[in-house]
Amino acid sequence: MSTRRWLAIAEWRIINNESWMERIISVQVENKAGVLARVAGLFSARGYNIESLSVAPTLDPTVSMITIVTQGDDRLIEQIIKQLNKVIEVLKVVDLTESNFLDRETALIKIHTRPEHRDEAIRIADIFRAKIVDSSPTTYTIEVTGDVDKVEALINLLKPLGIKEIVRTGRVAIAREAAKIPTRREAQAAKA
Amino acid sequence: MAEGYAKATGRAGVVLVTSGPGMTNIVTGLADAYMDSVPLVAFTGQVSTNLIGNDAFQEADNIGISRPCTKHNVLVKDVGELARTIKEAFYIATTGRPGPVLVDIPKDVSTDKADFKYPEKVNLRGYNPTYEGNKYQIKQAAEEIKKARRPVIYAGGGAVFSDAASEIRELAEIAQVPVTMTLMGLGSFPGTHALCMGMLGMHGGYWSNMAMHHADLLIAIGARFDDRVTGKLSDFCPEAKVVHVDIDPTSIKKNVHAHIPIVGDVKAVLKQLNVYLRAMDGNQSDLKELRRPWREQIEEWKRTHPLRYEQGDKVTKPQFVIDRVFEMTHHEGIVVTDVGQHQMWAAQYYKGSKPRTFITSGGLGTMGFGLPAALGAQKAYPDKLVLCITSEGSFQMNLQELATAAIYKLPVKVVLIHNNFHGMVRQWQDLFYEGRYASSQLGNVPDFVKLAEAYGLLGLSASKPAEVEPVIREGLKHRGPVLMDFHVDPFENCYPMIPAGGAHHEMLLEDPPELRNADRGALAKKKDKDKVEEGEGVLPA
Repeated sequence: MSTRRWLAIAEWRIINNESWMERIISVQVENKAGVLARVAGLFSARGYNIESLSVAPTLDPTVSMITIVTQGDDRLIEQIIKQLNKVIEVLKVVDLTESNFLDRETALIKIHTRPEHRDEAIRIADIFRAKIVDSSPTTYTIEVTGDVDKVEALINLLKPLGIKEIVRTGRVAIAREAAKIPTRREAQAAKA
Repeated sequence: MAEGYAKATGRAGVVLVTSGPGMTNIVTGLADAYMDSVPLVAFTGQVSTNLIGNDAFQEADNIGISRPCTKHNVLVKDVGELARTIKEAFYIATTGRPGPVLVDIPKDVSTDKADFKYPEKVNLRGYNPTYEGNKYQIKQAAEEIKKARRPVIYAGGGAVFSDAASEIRELAEIAQVPVTMTLMGLGSFPGTHALCMGMLGMHGGYWSNMAMHHADLLIAIGARFDDRVTGKLSDFCPEAKVVHVDIDPTSIKKNVHAHIPIVGDVKAVLKQLNVYLRAMDGNQSDLKELRRPWREQIEEWKRTHPLRYEQGDKVTKPQFVIDRVFEMTHHEGIVVTDVGQHQMWAAQYYKGSKPRTFITSGGLGTMGFGLPAALGAQKAYPDKLVLCITSEGSFQMNLQELATAAIYKLPVKVVLIHNNFHGMVRQWQDLFYEGRYASSQLGNVPDFVKLAEAYGLLGLSASKPAEVEPVIREGLKHRGPVLMDFHVDPFENCYPMIPAGGAHHEMLLEDPPELRNADRGALAKKKDKDKVEEGEGVLPA
């Protein structure tokens, strides 16, 4: 499905379905060949959307953590979690959106820098506590880490300077310990 | 064949094929087994480990190809892992919700040597199916059953696989609940029982679908609310609370909301449920009294809209053949069907009382399933009568297996409903596509009697209604494999029918008037004539 079409459907669903929202699901899997293909294949075969996905080993070298950002209402997410649990190599599935969590993403942004823009680029990077990690006579490469809003905001500010290339890691997330802040769901309910 | 064996016995069927084309040829079988939860272990050959990924001769990505149609699959790269992997494969295939498992073995691994160490126990940290249901939930279900006025038990394949026939019978009898079954569930409740309503769904009985529509409590047992069963979801069982028992959590609340979901093995859950039901106060005659109006209503539906066909003395009706075969074999023996109209008629007229005696391809609807599955079932039970109810469309998808029947002397009785059409396709074309018989006419080829004889089988044929019974009698008497070719009315349609997207109470019960009056024979002949002129078809006799 094209992204545009997906977004249109997502938008329609958000308007019409209160429980439709972005979810971050972390999936602990056996660190074996083909497991990622199985998880990704499950999403495509059943028509679930993957917004971002990241995989890396954990403390236990036999276990990997897959962090998937997807969208859905309660029923769909329940199905996704059940389907993931059914995969033999999946050890644990947690919908972090149900708890308080931290999420972070890193982006590397290569921008064109004409001489008159080089100072501006450094200023913008400073404001976002981003670092310039590579420089050439005509480009800077900026490294930024933060939540999605921060990364998006930085990208928007850099756009007028001319972005040459962006790579993003996709989001990783972890549950907060003993936080008293309302979860997103509770916040949404309070708003309504 | 392995599927037939597995479905008849409940033990894992085993498939052994070579690499590349050997593996790609079993994809349909794997997908079929995955849909119908059949325990299979498939061993596929693979090119040597040093050649994998090199486009070697007869190489295919077996793991990649089979991933979406297996419960699990593994490539064994080290012979030391082989024993453990095989143990795990059988464990995964046969436990929880059963399914096919593929073990891909490269050539060098299969010829390599290692010390044989077969593990005693399987230890898979990511796989631990739930067998015992949640006691609180089961108690809730018991309360609901006690209260309900119009309950229905809806039993699916899970009821057969978990050997829960006696538990279902007990439940139905203590709680006085009528039972309807899915295509896969047939056999889990005796067809002749007073509480039995037969099959439901697209071609289910009028009474069972009406009962579903008016029920106030639905007890789903090992069923997954397939679209052929539910019809229009928004109008499915509008008045019913749903109790759903299934070993696979993904089946629960997938299509239909369950008010009381119970994850667990059907047999274990029902045992517990029956204990609770027995312990509750109120005696059985009270319950019987409470449910009397409901049962009378169902009987009324049954009386006013029974399954029916009109058998004249000129043209044989397909239902007549199937009905006679079942009557003459006393609904005993193992019935294996192919896919299409004959399958639905077989399901409608089958009144068998034992689980694993009605073997068919449900979820995937694989034409060509019948003959090899019948051979597998016959191999498992050499002394039992195995009937293969098929039709010339399905049969010709795998008729090469007649050689297997002849070589291994497997005495299956093939009942071939010969209507010169892909009958179910023709039915849809007639009902929904203005009678455009595109690619659904098969012509009167081949001569199945000669074909059977060519393979060394006994071939029999009946073209008139009066010949049907003598042919069945002779066929059943023969000791070896038999092919009985019954020429039937090509335009008979299968009713009741819920049109795709319709609800349970929106059944078609007979041909609509415009179809009854149309001269379909002439239409078919005219179209066939065009084909003959183009040199591709043969006129039906």
